[in-house]
Amino acid sequence: MSDNNAYPSEHHEGPEGTKWIWKVFWILLIVTTVEVVLGIIKPAALTDTHLLGTSLLNVIFIVLTIGKAYYIVAEFMHLGHERKNFMWTITLPIIVLIPYLTFILLTEGGYMNTLMNM
Amino acid sequence: MANGAALEQNTTALWGGGRQPFGVSYGKMMMWFFLLSDALTFSGFLTAMGMYRFKYETTWPIAEDVFTHFPFLHGEHPLLFVALMTFILILSSVTMVLAVNAGHKMNTKGVILWLGLTIVGGFTFLGSQAWEWYHFINGDKGAIITESNTVMYVTPLEGEKAGEIISMYELITGQEKPHGDHSEFRTADMIAAFGLNENMTLRMPGKGVDGQAITLDRAAALQELKNAKILQGANMRANEYGNVLFADFFFFVTGFHGTHVFSGVVLNIIVFINVLMGTYVRRGHYEMVEKVGLYWHFVDLVWVFVFTFFYLV
Repeated sequence: MSDNNAYPSEHHEGPEGTKWIWKVFWILLIVTTVEVVLGIIKPAALTDTHLLGTSLLNVIFIVLTIGKAYYIVAEFMHLGHERKNFMWTITLPIIVLIPYLTFILLTEGGYMNTLMNM
Repeated sequence: MANGAALEQNTTALWGGGRQPFGVSYGKMMMWFFLLSDALTFSGFLTAMGMYRFKYETTWPIAEDVFTHFPFLHGEHPLLFVALMTFILILSSVTMVLAVNAGHKMNTKGVILWLGLTIVGGFTFLGSQAWEWYHFINGDKGAIITESNTVMYVTPLEGEKAGEIISMYELITGQEKPHGDHSEFRTADMIAAFGLNENMTLRMPGKGVDGQAITLDRAAALQELKNAKILQGANMRANEYGNVLFADFFFFVTGFHGTHVFSGVVLNIIVFINVLMGTYVRRGHYEMVEKVGLYWHFVDLVWVFVFTFFYLV
């Protein structure tokens, strides 16, 4: 049995210092604040415009959320600085499977709604 | 031969095949694969909720009607408390990165400070979640549940509050519900008060059709009320907010996330004790802090999605 903790992972040069950490913090904080403010005032211009089967406001929420997720995974979890083949090994299943599952279940949910109202 | 000897020495650093796959240590890679599978589990829960939300599109409770409290503040403040919880979790993620950063520099004092603050942040989040659950379970305004298990809110037909939810407290006592009041009312009192107040009717939860909640007329409301019961608070079988699945998904999704936060705090404490004991100085590196750090960031990542799909969208 070899000791798995004997040697750490290969070192990848990330950004120096702690400045980048606070930069990501401010990005996450500002995006969250924008989401909350939009969620409270719910501008009519955004709720009444429709895009991709939902309101423009919801599309904005989802895009901002994925943006936040990108910063957490790429910077805080350091995945953006790992070897590229490892990065894709982790992210590709998620990028493929989650939108696929979402598409299937939401389509099915919409169909059940139509059946109920028939 | 010299080369062979060097390789021989290094086999403990390498995986069985003689090299580190992807340049990542065994523990770190397995943490990533665990997080990958856990991400799929959480997406299963959230998409299942999406499916039922699409099915009951017109009557699915609106988060702003449900989560309106903020500690020590009167009145309704939708979104504010979850925004605070999100902020706490992001902040504890930042302190975690700072701990990992200090670990890379073998700065033990830095790791102790930042990892300690991360643990404090974790407990703060868990406390906030307990507060949120307490208010969700105790309920706020109260509603009625008909014989066919449909939950409806009491609302005025006319006047400036038309369409807004009237609390059971206000319906029965005629006064505005005091902050933090949890008195329980009887069905008979509710039916009597409803009968006397000609301006009251019932409406369905949710956004309704074309942004107009489905509202009954007075005659239909009285008919529905005949075998209805008063409903205050929430459990797994019924809740005053609307569809039973709404509370079930709330308990399950935020509960499963809370369990992750809790186990994350436990892992952080174990690593914190090891830092204090000098385990990682003896080992020569602080990669264990990085591994629990990955788990901790993942918990934050999941909350970002729960926040959007449970409270915002």
